[in-house]
Amino acid sequence: MNLFEGITDYLLVMKKTFTRPVKFKTMVQQIVHEMYYLGVESLPIVCFLSLFIGIVVMIQIAFQMESPLIPKYTAGFITRVVIIYEFSPTIMSMLLSGRVGSRIAAEIGTMKVTEQIDALEVMGINSASYLILPKIIAFVLIMPVIITFSIFCGLFGGYLITMITGEIPTSEYFYGLRAFFTSFEITYALIKSLFFGFIITSISGYYGYIVEGGALEVGKNSTKAMVQSSIFIIIFDVILTQIFLG
Amino acid sequence: MIKVKNLVKKFNDKVVLNNINTTFEPGKVNLVIGRSGSGKTVFMKCLLGLLTPEEGELFYGNKDFYSLSEKEQKNIRKEMGVVFQSGAIFDFLDVEGNVRFPLDMFSNMTQKEKIDRVNYCLEKVNLQGTNKLKSSELSGGMKKRLAIARSIALNPKYLFCDEPNSGLDPQNAVTIDELIYNLTHEFNTTTIVNTHDMNSVIKIGEKVIFLYEGHLWWEGSNENILKTDNKELIDFIFASSLAQKLLKTS
Ligand SMILES: Nc1ncnc2c1ncn2[C@@H]1O[C@H](COP(=O)(O)OP(=O)(O)O)[C@@H](O)[C@H]1O
Ligand SMILES: [Mg+2]
Repeated sequence: MNLFEGITDYLLVMKKTFTRPVKFKTMVQQIVHEMYYLGVESLPIVCFLSLFIGIVVMIQIAFQMESPLIPKYTAGFITRVVIIYEFSPTIMSMLLSGRVGSRIAAEIGTMKVTEQIDALEVMGINSASYLILPKIIAFVLIMPVIITFSIFCGLFGGYLITMITGEIPTSEYFYGLRAFFTSFEITYALIKSLFFGFIITSISGYYGYIVEGGALEVGKNSTKAMVQSSIFIIIFDVILTQIFLG
Repeated sequence: MIKVKNLVKKFNDKVVLNNINTTFEPGKVNLVIGRSGSGKTVFMKCLLGLLTPEEGELFYGNKDFYSLSEKEQKNIRKEMGVVFQSGAIFDFLDVEGNVRFPLDMFSNMTQKEKIDRVNYCLEKVNLQGTNKLKSSELSGGMKKRLAIARSIALNPKYLFCDEPNSGLDPQNAVTIDELIYNLTHEFNTTTIVNTHDMNSVIKIGEKVIFLYEGHLWWEGSNENILKTDNKELIDFIFASSLAQKLLKTS
């Protein structure tokens, strides 16, 4: 694992991505398409994973809370904190880098090895901008939606447990969800989601764009895209946590 | 007209093109021949500006391509039609979308004019009526023909084809050769075709250059190529059994 492998190449590709974009109208159409393709189509898996994490977190906490000294609403409180601070923005992003990141790298990488990118370039089109920029913009715009959705699903999972087991009364759970709540928690989660959305799309766009060779290299680079985005998500998680909460 | 002067292209220390000098004239089919790995694709990508050579000059008309600004290069590129070795069909678009793409990007045509132009180009390559097919539904020969249709959409002054008939059955290969020949003469394009197919050389090679170990080893036409006494070229030509038979009967 070479952490900063090709960081200068990455910056060069990004520079190309953000200069001389194609026609505005074309770009808008692409963004809408990518929002659907990368965002909306990810919602079912996001819902599934978040729901079950909410459920598991609640079961764990309820199981640990034998002591009568701990107020029951603590379960709701902890579930909320875990989901909003870390699970939905960070862990969910890492899972999405598997889905979205490898998809982007494979798509762009295939276009590279089949000379479609050369074909765009000889037509005088900035291929990096044409292919990568709409994906970055679309995904960064839709990430807050995905993460908010994930938070709701996670908290709903916890609610289901209060209904099913009765260990923690539903009213206590809801009280816990609101206890010591500040809207900054949500802001913080959404800010993180913007950063992570950019990390996933730009890194995987880069890995697709630099593929040389054939199908084998496309596969290798999609894996790299996923691994590197996950690593940078964790690194930026630490940095952002220091900045906002430290 | 395209003029190449003292062109040198290296990858790391490996010299792929060594001091190439030649001229390609309009209204003629110019062939670049050589074994696979001899640098045909690299040469074409240098002409297209996709690769930058270490040394040398390249003139489109009287313009020195490598010293032009990005914007001026772009203007020349709008006059180029390119058929890549793999076809490079955009797989996110259907047949019609592929031919329309350059029109959408660079022309001010109305919708109706664009459709007419698309159909005209598809007819030229015998693909009329396939407008809505996806690229995954096309055979190898259809992809090559579609690539040609896309490359002529904007009436190019310069037409580049990298092994347009490799991997095709002989009948399809002949069709594509004829198509390239006819387009070149109908529109007076400066056409450059990479190939290692001797049938194409004999049939449409109005000018032929032979690349060997990075050098421009021989230059001539289909009229004098069979009479050559250049040893490496003879080896190349008569590597195929068909060519050997031809030699015996001639
Ligand atoms: N991007 C590259 N990096 C390093 N070497 C390359 C690259 N592209 C081509 N080559 C080398 O240049 C030589 C010529 O390749 P190419 O032009 O594709 O041959 P041809 O098209 O005649 O079959 C080959 O030896 C190939 O390995
Ligand atoms: Mg080649």
